[in-house]
Amino acid sequence: MSSVALEVRDLVKSFSLDGTTINAVDGVSFQVRSGEFVALVGPSGSGKTTMLSILAALLTPTDGQVLIDGQDLAQMNEKKRVKLRREKIGFTFQSNNLIPYLTARENVEFMLRLNNKLNRAGRVRSDELLARLGLADRLHNLPAQMSGGQQQRVAIARALIHNPAVVLADEPTASLDTARAFQVVETFAHLIHENGRAGIMVTHDLRMCQFVDRVLQMQDGKLVRVYESKQEIRELAQGVLKH
Amino acid sequence: MKNIFLAAYLAVKEVIRNRGRFLLVALVIALITLLVLFIAALGEGLANGNRQYVANLDAQLIVFLEKSDYSISASRLETNIIKAVRRVDGVADAGPIYTSNTEIVSLPEPLKISMLGAEAGRPGMPVIVEGRDFRGGEAREAVMDRNVALRSDIKIGDTIEIRSTQGTNDKFFELVIVGMVEGQSYFFQPTIFVPPATWEKIRPQSEAELNSDTPFPNIIAVKLTDPTQADSMSTRLVDEVANIESANLETTINNIPGYSAQQGTVQTQGVFTLLIGILVIGGFFQIQILQKVPQIGVLKAIGSSNGVVGLSAVIQIIVVTALGVGIGGGMTYLFSLGFPPTIPLVFNGTRSLIAVALLLLIGPLGGMVSIIYAVRIEPLKALRLG
Ligand SMILES: Nc1ncnc2c1ncn2[C@@H]1O[C@H](COP(=O)(O)OP(=O)(O)OP(=O)(O)O)[C@@H](O)[C@H]1O
Ligand SMILES: [Mg+2]
Repeated sequence: MSSVALEVRDLVKSFSLDGTTINAVDGVSFQVRSGEFVALVGPSGSGKTTMLSILAALLTPTDGQVLIDGQDLAQMNEKKRVKLRREKIGFTFQSNNLIPYLTARENVEFMLRLNNKLNRAGRVRSDELLARLGLADRLHNLPAQMSGGQQQRVAIARALIHNPAVVLADEPTASLDTARAFQVVETFAHLIHENGRAGIMVTHDLRMCQFVDRVLQMQDGKLVRVYESKQEIRELAQGVLKH
Repeated sequence: MKNIFLAAYLAVKEVIRNRGRFLLVALVIALITLLVLFIAALGEGLANGNRQYVANLDAQLIVFLEKSDYSISASRLETNIIKAVRRVDGVADAGPIYTSNTEIVSLPEPLKISMLGAEAGRPGMPVIVEGRDFRGGEAREAVMDRNVALRSDIKIGDTIEIRSTQGTNDKFFELVIVGMVEGQSYFFQPTIFVPPATWEKIRPQSEAELNSDTPFPNIIAVKLTDPTQADSMSTRLVDEVANIESANLETTINNIPGYSAQQGTVQTQGVFTLLIGILVIGGFFQIQILQKVPQIGVLKAIGSSNGVVGLSAVIQIIVVTALGVGIGGGMTYLFSLGFPPTIPLVFNGTRSLIAVALLLLIGPLGGMVSIIYAVRIEPLKALRLG
């Protein structure tokens, strides 16, 4: 049995705007194990991005706990949180993922550079990872010289290269066509399973759920349903189940 | 240390991958540098032209006629005051200085000059670098500043002719150039030196002045036994010698007609050019930072510290500014080679150094806002804007 990489307990995040308070995340609890790939779905405004921001230690929750690799985010100062993001977390963003003036290889290696771990073995690993993602001949391309899907794959390599405990992906397929999207998420799922990371992917596209182990469905900040069986997930992905 | 490497890595990569854009800014800085260095050189040149002779005097104090407000041209002293000054305890030597303007006409183009009277071997007469001092009395001999030689082809041993208006007539006088001195411009003009008695004979003068043969010095240059006692000696001179006032060289220079006003103008131009530079650089880096908000958000979200992001912005600004100032300095040097000696440009002055130091500061100053802005960008921007 693999260990719990990420744990969320009674998480609440409220925003006060003009006197009214919105609970963007409202009492959510769940766990993600190493080697497990989880999708976070839900209608617009249901709190997915807010949730991901809190998991990434980019936003402080109003209440509740987040534990990453056993460490409580609330107990950390900003310096520790920066360190945690750099060491324990891998990110892909919806777009503008990559540093525009670094090549594909440099973008991936930058994550190792940040962690002071860029050595010969690291360079080899990063080239191998990019090759795995079908980018062997794009190592020296700048982001502007790559397609959206290629950029997204570089971002995935960057999110995995430093062996983080948790990998967070915000809408990784939003800028891709369907065929590309399937390909990218499938490879992503493989790598997460293979390397024993805890992966969380926010997505609007329910068809992408076919590659995940569990689906967390949010609505109005609450976790309203969890799809766990292969059967349920397949039906959700194929649009048989109404969510 | 690790932060500096990371920051330098990011800064340099960005500059290299956006060479065109950064080179353009560097060129703008280079042009500003060119302008500022020329203004500085002009300021130095003009200042030299005006004050060189006084600044290089082998003296610490200047004696003026009482109530002349330290104005050399307004001051006219009695001859016996020289002796009185020399007798004051603590005065090593004192020499009279007689000033006038005239022109050398024995040239294809007449050359306006300052004709100064001074006593050979006394304060007021500069050190001869070539040839010899003029003889005393009414010898028709002169010593020229190298500046005269540079602007004409007059050599030692040549006879020159000067024209002076005396009363209502133009009179012409011949002088043999017997020696050369250096760095003695006065009142924006190259200088020749003549003995006092000669000066009195050949200087431009009014009908009334023609009746007297006694030369009245404008000022007296006073060399002290102890140069550090200038202030107390100044008081002592005024106490012991009647009808005089006394000032140090700096005060004297600042009271040369037009000197302060002119230097003020030149400095104001320089300062405004630097301010424009700061605004231009500031504007560029600010616009650039605004465009970079998402990528800076990403950098921070994946674990770069504020220190790295801020430092990277600083390094980049320094690199670009230094490049610009370097190119500008080179351009200035090349341009300066092509300028004739008649244009008063002096590039080796401390002013040029100060200008370079200030120029190197305009980048960081202009970019300050953008650096603070960069440090303040929230990593959350990566997700929200992403
Ligand atoms: N900084 C904020 N200030 C005030 N309200 C906010 C803030 N951020 C989010 N909210 C509110 O919190 C709720 C959840 O927002 P969130 O962006 O997490 O939703 P989402 O599930 O990501 O939606 P989408 O699918 O459209 O991206 C929304 O009602 C939103 O308006
Ligand atoms: Mg969202």
